[in-house]
Amino acid sequence: MQQPGRAAEIKAIGIGKSFGSFRALDDLTLDIGRGEFLTLLGPSGSGKTTFLMILAGFIQPTDGRLYSDGVDITERPAEQRAAGMVFQGYALFPHMSVEANIAFPLKVRKKPAAEIKRRVGEMIERVGLKGHEKKLPSQLSGGQQQRVALARALVFEPGVLLLDEPFSALDKGLRGQMQAEMKRLHQETGTTFVFVTHDQSEALALSSRVAIFNHGKLLQVGAPDEVYDRPDNRFVAEFLGEINMLPLKGVRPANNGSTGLCEDRAISMRCKAEKVRGDAILAIRPEYMSIAREAATGENGIAATAVASTYLGAATRLDLTTRQGAKVTISVPNEVAASALSKGNSVWLTWPAEKGFLLPNGGQ
Amino acid sequence: MRAYLSDRMGAALLMAPLLLFLVLAYAWPFLGVVKWSFTLPTPGLGQYNALLTDQLVQSVFIRTLRIAAIVTIVSVVAAYAITVVWVRGTPVQRVVAEFCILVPFWISVLTRAFGWVALLSNRGLINTWLQAVGFISEPLALVRNEFGVIVGMTHFLIPFAVFPLASSMRSLDDRVLLAARGLGSSRMRTFWSVFVPMTRSGIIGSALIVFVFSLGFFVTPAILGGGRSVMIAELIYLRIFQSPDWGLGAAISVVLVLFVGALMALLFRYIRPKQLV
Repeated sequence: MQQPGRAAEIKAIGIGKSFGSFRALDDLTLDIGRGEFLTLLGPSGSGKTTFLMILAGFIQPTDGRLYSDGVDITERPAEQRAAGMVFQGYALFPHMSVEANIAFPLKVRKKPAAEIKRRVGEMIERVGLKGHEKKLPSQLSGGQQQRVALARALVFEPGVLLLDEPFSALDKGLRGQMQAEMKRLHQETGTTFVFVTHDQSEALALSSRVAIFNHGKLLQVGAPDEVYDRPDNRFVAEFLGEINMLPLKGVRPANNGSTGLCEDRAISMRCKAEKVRGDAILAIRPEYMSIAREAATGENGIAATAVASTYLGAATRLDLTTRQGAKVTISVPNEVAASALSKGNSVWLTWPAEKGFLLPNGGQ
Repeated sequence: MRAYLSDRMGAALLMAPLLLFLVLAYAWPFLGVVKWSFTLPTPGLGQYNALLTDQLVQSVFIRTLRIAAIVTIVSVVAAYAITVVWVRGTPVQRVVAEFCILVPFWISVLTRAFGWVALLSNRGLINTWLQAVGFISEPLALVRNEFGVIVGMTHFLIPFAVFPLASSMRSLDDRVLLAARGLGSSRMRTFWSVFVPMTRSGIIGSALIVFVFSLGFFVTPAILGGGRSVMIAELIYLRIFQSPDWGLGAAISVVLVLFVGALMALLFRYIRPKQLV
């Protein structure tokens, strides 16, 4: 984080933080690559913000070490780490104009006036705030304040930019716009971005990798499609989106994958039965399941009855129950939902073998 | 709507005794003072004319403004330091600061003025000690002069300066301070270029309160000034009680009230009343 203009590479080893008897963060080991866009995702109280504050230097970890470009920075105070930071609610200086806010990090670094003027001007241009230079933060809209916060955090070319739920105060349309803008800024600056959010769609849309937290533990790190399609555990599977879970018996390895019994039908999966044997849970994302009159031989499928539907406009959400009482939700074209419901009884739910994955039975 | 109206009626009823008291005990007698200023000893603007020419009255006005300004600056700076500890210190520091702020309110202004006489007079504690240690051979003139008046008034007014400051510091968003540090600003720099400017309304409010209080101070300057450092309120007292010059005393009072009124108007333009407590 000490070399301006160069993306930082951060290594956290065994980081832990206790507040009294409360363990906010436990044994976190994570490498953040140079120029990566890493999202820390989790519900509130999961430890993701604590980790961000430790990266910024605002919180001292109780255990573990933190390295930036190979240098131990665990004890280095926040003002010397100089990570760019965008706070929830932006934390702009209310008594300073847009220009002065953005110039602040350069002024404390005692840059020459001409350089400050040039770089602030460039940054204002880059985030699209031209014409607002002299305004106070209170005279700006939420989106504009957000841009000032981003500009102020990026103007001194920090090795890493830390963002704490920066979009939580924006409405949906503006949020999408700012997300696109942030992606662009990431590409243009090449800086390492570490982004905290509890919104899983935001995490999947923006990041090069997602780190999922719960109860102070890092559960899984991976590319968005990796964590979405192959979650390690039930929490990650459920947190990243809707998921259907079916009980599976007699799970064992088979030709290029594994096999098991679901409600007395043989089911095959591409994934390996490494961690699970015998009883397990078969998890399938709703968008990979479809409805058929009959299951072809060799194809995965179980019988179910449609019990309710919710019209969503573009599609219909269909709730079904299998013969043994497992609940399944899928999204289907509107006319399919109508015919499935009108028959009142049995339809077949089918899915491709590579889209089902195994989770350990019970617990997390 | 009816509930709202009756709420307002209720509020008006609750405030009525206070308003009535203020009118009977303050506004009404003051109108009498205004009348004196135009009628005694002869009807006309003679007393106001005297205000513009009388050297003694003018020197007292200037001294009062000077003392009030010095007291204001010293009180606000001292109160700022105490308030930072009170609002942002560790739990133990907060308790100690709170104690230091609240205890003075329990001790009468007279007791405190005489306390300072005991400390500052020629044979008081400070001079005796300094002479005993050998720092000085002759006692320092610490009282019966402007210095003594300023010490006593500052001591009295610091707690009043604390409350507007505390209110502005409490409403300050901590994340802004974190942001400043995260952007590379040292603690010192963060304090001067972020914390202090963000408590500006508190500083203005606190300074105006202290200044207005100082202008009308009577007991402390009378005791610690020892008749040699007369301020406006004491001058009014002397004109009315010790020389038969009620008209001039009244005219000075009217000018003082108008001046203080203008300052209060300025105060409420800058900050809302609830920020003062």
